[in-house]
Amino acid sequence: MNEFKLMRLSLAAVVTGIFSFLAPAYSAVDIVKIDGSSTVYPITEAVAEEFQIATGIKVTVGVSGTGGGFKKLCRGDTVMSGASRPIKANERKKCADAGIKFIEVPIAFDAITVVLNKKNDWAKELTPAELKKMWEPAAQGKITSWNQVRDSFPDKPLKLYGPGADSGTFDYFTEAINGETKAIRGDFTASEDDNVLVQGVSGDKGGIGYFGLAYYTENKNKLGVAAIKNSDGKFILPAIETTMDGSYNPLSRPLFVYINSAKAVSDPKVKKFVEFYLKYAGEMAREVGYIPFSDEEYAMITNHYKTLKTGTAFIKPAIGLSVKEMLELSGASK
Amino acid sequence: MAVNQKKPSALKDLNLIRTMIRQHKRNDLAFAGLGMFVIASLTITLIILFLDLVLDGYPKFTLDFFSNFPSRRAARAGILSAWVGSSLVLIVTFIVAVPLGIAAGIYLEEYSKKGWLSDIIEINVSNLAGVPSIIYGLLALGLFVYSFGLGQSILTAGLTLALLMLPIVIVSTREAIRAIPVQIREAAYAVGATKWQVVLNHVVQYSYGGILTGVIIGMARAIGETAPLITIGALTFIAFLPPSPVTIDPPFINLDWLNAGFTVLPIQMFNWISRPQHAFHINAAATGAVIIILTVLMNGVAIKLRYNIRKKIKW
Repeated sequence: MNEFKLMRLSLAAVVTGIFSFLAPAYSAVDIVKIDGSSTVYPITEAVAEEFQIATGIKVTVGVSGTGGGFKKLCRGDTVMSGASRPIKANERKKCADAGIKFIEVPIAFDAITVVLNKKNDWAKELTPAELKKMWEPAAQGKITSWNQVRDSFPDKPLKLYGPGADSGTFDYFTEAINGETKAIRGDFTASEDDNVLVQGVSGDKGGIGYFGLAYYTENKNKLGVAAIKNSDGKFILPAIETTMDGSYNPLSRPLFVYINSAKAVSDPKVKKFVEFYLKYAGEMAREVGYIPFSDEEYAMITNHYKTLKTGTAFIKPAIGLSVKEMLELSGASK
Repeated sequence: MAVNQKKPSALKDLNLIRTMIRQHKRNDLAFAGLGMFVIASLTITLIILFLDLVLDGYPKFTLDFFSNFPSRRAARAGILSAWVGSSLVLIVTFIVAVPLGIAAGIYLEEYSKKGWLSDIIEINVSNLAGVPSIIYGLLALGLFVYSFGLGQSILTAGLTLALLMLPIVIVSTREAIRAIPVQIREAAYAVGATKWQVVLNHVVQYSYGGILTGVIIGMARAIGETAPLITIGALTFIAFLPPSPVTIDPPFINLDWLNAGFTVLPIQMFNWISRPQHAFHINAAATGAVIIILTVLMNGVAIKLRYNIRKKIKW
């Protein structure tokens, strides 16, 4: 039985060891609870980290995805939710049924980047129409070679890599390129982990894929990138500057946080956190690889937030709205 | 003529037998070789994976890594909230699953009447051990989080992993009990022991080794589980620790920590591996190495304890 005494003793030691670390006071009410999109997560995490250091108020951030985050927000479990796409009609209804009103706040841009294999020297410039040719549902099983996309391209097998259907990036890309959310060919390699897509495209000469700019920036030495023809007919490379000035379109998309408006008024901690978030969103977004809005736009967003206007700008699917248009349109749901 | 032919025939048989023996020895050798090859390739794969993690994560094996909270700066990020979360969840799991599992195992083996009911229970328990862990997560979400209103807390996580571990403990308890020779029981009954005395003073005592192995293997499985905890809402960023269970004022025990939010090691690892920055992948590798080391340590302790206990039991 010695082993048992030993085990009990060591267990007791471990327990005391852990507990000696723990802070004395705790109450669930004191915590600002946030959840939502994994794309927005790095920004929220950075803001939460700084906020906690600055104020001592406790913040937790979960990653349930945009949809999962809305569910929690509309049940009142969380006070804020990150979203890589605007709220959908059925989600709005759930919120309305529960009597929860939300404020929609755009916080930064992400530039969806079309990446190529390093050895691909032909597709440096692509048009949205050509992307559609590759990715639309009708292309399934038919468009399998690069020269089917444009005659001057070589006869190389076309291998597609993209995020899976749960991703906000997927939703935005299909809407912007194929004209309908979630409409896409079925025969491409999908992964929820963008690092897997990086591996796939970098190891496949005919590979092409898309994901957020940060993953391209970190893997510049492994990947090529395509400039995309914008609404002015110019081929633009994704970058912080081209996204900020609006020339990289239609593949730059806004990221949002949705805030429980009642809590933003009644709970001083939440109010403080949102104000902190708006103040540092640009700086933090840049630091973790996203694209900030201009100072002017953040000022507009802050003023709009202060009016506590609830609702969303996206009653209908909308691609390429400017920050100003988003703010003007928000509240259209009422 | 028959006699004349017999001699060469016997010789021929002998040769036949010799070839047969040689053939069988070759088979033995071939099978041993194959087995060796399979085991070696499995072990080598595991070792290579582990070494890869350790080599990648090596720069992070510092005290800071264990005493820092997660951060957006990879260099400053640590696993403090993750390992404390993992430990607290495992403590709840242990406290719930071990007594329940052992009691259930003893009941099924010693007390329950053999019949259709015990057959159903038996089939259920064996099958539960093979149910994918995400199912337990969904069950826990519906039952613990919403129906019982326990929230997304350490308590919920501990109970969920306890469910996951329970079948393993029950099955290993029953197997350990079954391994006890029937003479031991008969001897105890013969000197007038009651059933309870037999179970408590003999059966349980002698089956500690096997039960312990099951418990520790179950705990080792629980420590690496991610799916059910993500389902019930384990957090990703949490830069503070749960409240202390021991207080200076009476009643000295504070159970608030059971209701606290938490994160665990595998979730922290998962979050870091999906980041674009390479520096976070190093953190993830280091976390992976920590999880593997913990699992190997737990299994090692199990093997050692079992060995020691078995050595002491003499029938």
